[in-house]
Amino acid sequence: METSVSLEIDGKKVKAKEGATILQAAKAANIDIPTLCEHEKLAPYGACRICSVEVEKKGRSQVVVACGYPVEEGIKVKTRSPKIDKIRKVIIELIAPVLSNEGMGTIKTLASEYKADVSRFIPKFKATPTRCILCGKCVRYCSEVVFRNAIGFVGRGTGRRVVFFPDRAYAYCATCQQCFGVCPTGKIGSQTTGDVFSGFSIDDFISGKMS
Amino acid sequence: MPKVSSAPALEELRRDIESKRDPKKLCIALCSGTACVASGCQSVSDAFEQELDKQGLKGEIDFKRTGCHGFCERGPLVVIYPEEVCYTNVKAEDAQEIVKATKEKKTVERLLYVDPVTGKKIAREPDIPFYKNQQRFVFGPNRWIDPRSIEDYLFIGGYAALSKALFEMGPDKVLAEINKADLRGRGGGGFPAGKKWEETRNAPGEIKYVIVNCDEGDPGAYMDRSLMEGNPHSVLEGLIIGGFTIGSHQGFIYVRQEYPVACSNIEWAIKQAEEYGLLGNNILGSGFDFHVKVHRGAGAFVSGESSALMAAIEGKVGEPKLKYIHTAISGIKDRPSNLNNVETWANVPLIINKGSDWFRSIGSEGSKGTKIFSLVGKVNNTGLVEVPMGMTLRQIIYDIGGGIPGGKKFKGVQTGGPSGGIIPEQFLDTPIDFDELTKLGSMVGSGGMVIMDEDTCMVDTARYFIDFCCEESCGKCIPCREGLRVLREILTDITQGKGSEKDIETIEEVAQVMADASLCALGKTAASPVLTTLKYFGDEYEAHIKEKRCPAKVCSNLINYYIDPDKCEACMICMRNCPGEAIQGGKGIVHWIDQEKCTKCGMCYQLCPTKFSAIVKLSGEPVPAPVPGKAVARKKGG
Repeated sequence: METSVSLEIDGKKVKAKEGATILQAAKAANIDIPTLCEHEKLAPYGACRICSVEVEKKGRSQVVVACGYPVEEGIKVKTRSPKIDKIRKVIIELIAPVLSNEGMGTIKTLASEYKADVSRFIPKFKATPTRCILCGKCVRYCSEVVFRNAIGFVGRGTGRRVVFFPDRAYAYCATCQQCFGVCPTGKIGSQTTGDVFSGFSIDDFISGKMS
Repeated sequence: MPKVSSAPALEELRRDIESKRDPKKLCIALCSGTACVASGCQSVSDAFEQELDKQGLKGEIDFKRTGCHGFCERGPLVVIYPEEVCYTNVKAEDAQEIVKATKEKKTVERLLYVDPVTGKKIAREPDIPFYKNQQRFVFGPNRWIDPRSIEDYLFIGGYAALSKALFEMGPDKVLAEINKADLRGRGGGGFPAGKKWEETRNAPGEIKYVIVNCDEGDPGAYMDRSLMEGNPHSVLEGLIIGGFTIGSHQGFIYVRQEYPVACSNIEWAIKQAEEYGLLGNNILGSGFDFHVKVHRGAGAFVSGESSALMAAIEGKVGEPKLKYIHTAISGIKDRPSNLNNVETWANVPLIINKGSDWFRSIGSEGSKGTKIFSLVGKVNNTGLVEVPMGMTLRQIIYDIGGGIPGGKKFKGVQTGGPSGGIIPEQFLDTPIDFDELTKLGSMVGSGGMVIMDEDTCMVDTARYFIDFCCEESCGKCIPCREGLRVLREILTDITQGKGSEKDIETIEEVAQVMADASLCALGKTAASPVLTTLKYFGDEYEAHIKEKRCPAKVCSNLINYYIDPDKCEACMICMRNCPGEAIQGGKGIVHWIDQEKCTKCGMCYQLCPTKFSAIVKLSGEPVPAPVPGKAVARKKGG
């Protein structure tokens, strides 16, 4: 028998299975928490931080991400608060400059909800907009669901980017394309003919032009 | 070497080593720590070997290459035992004289340390103020031992703590002792080590791991490196005791690949300990099995974060994982894993040997024991210092560090690396411990201490640390990666005179979100250097933004070089060397700088002879118009 845990989300009493995340518990209770890097088939990753919520436990409050924090008996979760709204607003503003207009879909909706100024940091963004927010859904989907590992991250810090691994991509990508559907910005689906994440086309990878 | 199979056998071995050693025998010990190697101690070592051979003294005088002694500013260092006579800045050509003098029981006066205050020569190493004001329990043994010799370590009492833990105490008593000692983690936050051990010990699961974190990467910090290089057995002994207490049979030592000597010395130490029966199966015949693997890190700063380090050991990319469960309970392969820093582990044998009461007698109320700091930057005595917790910054910087060079004024001290902050002069008398530094918005961190003088621009320093994190963040989560990117741009703009008043607000807002929402401690603390400089040096930010002025005259976009026509002797030095050909004038004609052409490289400023000091830096004030063709007024000798 599964043990169930009682908690409170936005003042509402909620029951959830032990081991469930706050996000799962909230979804079941029809409480909306925004997400960017979360996917039901993938292990929690915690990269976008947009699902940050406040958790009160034993009188102490802390910010956690709903996608990864397991429910606990008696905790009180706040999915909206001035602090949480500020976090989400700034995250949207920070990520907006990497998106070109076509990739703005989800972000635009969130921006109006959290009164974020999507052009705020554009003057401070000196790199070329990649339209990739590095949520890693494609990378993780390829690894955790398709078991191909044809896409991965390279680089660190502000130089992090997603690349196709030429040998694997050549073998699998043309016929698979399952990652297209998971990309929140549509970046990867748009790459079948154009440039790939790092600015090189997949053909360049395959033909070995890209070292 | 047959394995030592019991506690009495270990003591017998120790007595055997002691009996073979004459405490009165002369020994020349050459510091071969990182800094001394960089100062050329390899050639000094060769010279000593040759010289001893040449003078036929190989049997009479021992020669030993030890780990870091700490007084790196004066390296290469040579200490003659048993008198402990210390020679500084030793060069290969000094070897002959030192060997000869040592044999004749004389000292080489010219190589002794001269106290800058009294002007007197100091012969013995412990009498040098740099050492005298320290308490070197963890780091001190470095100077006695050859890191490659387990016999040297056994000679100074090595592995006695392990034997005591195994046969006299047992895991419960060891844990109680560590808890009672209130040993706090030396790697960053100062979390009580005993509590962490207990958590792993009590966590469910048969297989548990204990790990040494030697991923030290803070700019200017090298204490873990020097401990690992100079006394690897002390770390290993601590780790074995930890494994025994926690119930772990497998240890990992994570050392960054950039520390090749640390890597090879610890590997050597493991091999030796295994040969002696101090590591491996049935340690000292106790029935306890413990094995250790060295994991060479690929050089990521972020791998010092516990979950990232454990991912790296698993063979994955060293990136922090999303987990709300302590690594002490679920770490490597989701098994309970206890991670402590190098210095923390090295403290363990001391506590076991000398007892928790002894340990608690040192240090401050909330932080017990000593701490090794890497004292670098604008300070006279650069080096590694070990002091009791609670010593004030002033004592460290002035009594041990010898103050600021060139009569400059102290401005701030950066502690705790990129996660720490910059502490201004008004807090020089603050006792240094985990809690006090946290109150000031900084942290002890692993022990980096970068001293800054009046010529340091705090905005530029903050920009430097943010830049460091931009490179060293893993880039996984948005607040850290994009927040750092924005902070870097804002700070760069400010240092270039392009800042606006709104920037300060933006910095604070972004920094707050980074602190609240980042995935790991790197992101949560990455903005500390900016926040502390804003707090303590806010006027400098204002000067940059409002007056377009850099008070320390560092930010090249905000300064101009100007030749004082009354001081210029038209010597042509700056003119010939200006890479931008911006300096005009000629022989006998006062030089002046064409500001349009000047690239602000500062070459002229560096080259102008100090007796003239004609070149000045101006910031926030107009550059006086040049007087082309003006002849030098004062004719030399005329």
